[in-house]
Amino acid sequence: MKDFLKPHRVVLIVLALALVAWCALSLNWTWLANPKYQLLIVQGIWRTIWLVVVTMVIGMILAVPIGLAQAAGPWYVSAPARVFCTVIRGTPLLMQIWLLYYGLGSLFPSIPWIKQSDLWPYLRQAWPYAVVALSLSVAGYEGEVMRGAFKGVPHGQLEAAKAMGMSPFTLLRRIWLPQALQRVLPTLGGETVSQLKSTPLVSTITIVEIYAVTSRIRQDTFIIYEPLLLLAVVYMCLTGLIVLLFRWFEGRTPTRTA
Amino acid sequence: MNGLEAIAAASALDLLALSPPGWGATLLAGLGNSVIIALGAYGLGFAIGLCGAFGKLYGGPVLKDLLAVYTTIVRAVPELVLILILFYAFTGLLNQMLLSWGMERVQISPIITGIVVLGVVQGAYQTEVLRGGILAVPAGQIEAARAMGMPSVLLARRITLPLMTANALPGMANLWLNATKDTALLAVIGFSELTKATYQASATTKAFFVFYPAAMALYLLISLTSTVLIGRLEKWARRGQRDVRGL
Repeated sequence: MKDFLKPHRVVLIVLALALVAWCALSLNWTWLANPKYQLLIVQGIWRTIWLVVVTMVIGMILAVPIGLAQAAGPWYVSAPARVFCTVIRGTPLLMQIWLLYYGLGSLFPSIPWIKQSDLWPYLRQAWPYAVVALSLSVAGYEGEVMRGAFKGVPHGQLEAAKAMGMSPFTLLRRIWLPQALQRVLPTLGGETVSQLKSTPLVSTITIVEIYAVTSRIRQDTFIIYEPLLLLAVVYMCLTGLIVLLFRWFEGRTPTRTA
Repeated sequence: MNGLEAIAAASALDLLALSPPGWGATLLAGLGNSVIIALGAYGLGFAIGLCGAFGKLYGGPVLKDLLAVYTTIVRAVPELVLILILFYAFTGLLNQMLLSWGMERVQISPIITGIVVLGVVQGAYQTEVLRGGILAVPAGQIEAARAMGMPSVLLARRITLPLMTANALPGMANLWLNATKDTALLAVIGFSELTKATYQASATTKAFFVFYPAAMALYLLISLTSTVLIGRLEKWARRGQRDVRGL
């Protein structure tokens, strides 16, 4: 603590607090007292968190076979996986979201059996497209990381498992996948933060998460800066939360270093 | 079926034609804007990043803390939000300054705004990458140069920068690819780069599966050519280094 509170830093902290106080007092925060907006903000934050968690989980589940296909699959499996990763990582996420939402959204109504299926009520909404686009993005980026992780598992481990007579599936489940996942774990925190920072893009396809909520408040009240400042603070808090969560998680996972 | 497919292919080509009924020229103009903004933002980000990296390593305590705040905030907040904040702040502040000097308000060109805004974002990331690159330069090299009595600018030019290039290149390459993709975010504030042009073209013609794949191919073209060129650059930067493969 003493190390942290050097004289110049005390001055900087005081200046920062003064800036915060100035923001709190001289800017217009009256809209925050409106219960309608309070509810919207809480719902927006919740929806953002929901999107991050759901798409990270789906994306990681997809990333495992994509990584495995690239690391060990025959060419007719690895080539499509590689193309998928290249396209996802080489084109802007905003464009992928718009292609799925506007493209598929205009294609589906013209196909009769989709329109009659039970899925149609969901396909008319925006959130399935947002979830799919964000999940595929995670799958593309993490699939590439998983490829490296699968390749990084020492060969002796796999040979030993084979020598023990393990079937390929048991080998994957007991030896290869756990060790690969352990290698990926340190990158997951950063990837989750990137995913959080990608979520405002889905507000362009009418998903009402926290970014869309503040846009709406800005349109309703004609206040430009204050909702944006609140938005930045919310994202900083969420980022901090993710970083702390993963630090705690990493501290708990047993690692043995020789 | 073959006939239908032929008609579909022909109409796709018509839609992408360069002359007015086709939207090819609009897409290419958008691509040009995207590339200009990406190059400008990357250049500005490099200037900020270089100053930031040296400031973080060799600056005074106050400068170090301020730079830490800058890089932390910029990397914790979504680019889209930063673009909005900087977009309003940048144009607002500039006009306030001009008004207080008794000058007219100006409408800043969207390209300049885009470059400045994305440049500030890039600067934060490049600061960290370049700082890591400088840290990876063997300390003995810099100490030896100091012992020879080199002034710090000469030392940076002759020793630190050439030696750090190879270390920083992979990270810098990633950031360049990010810069090209981040230009798409400017579509949200209504700037007509490639993504916005694609949106307009497909919204007008309803040919989503012509324009989006075409635009994605253009983005991929940028990233694949960049990857090839950067690979050569890295080979050049690593000349004279010992190959660690096969050890």
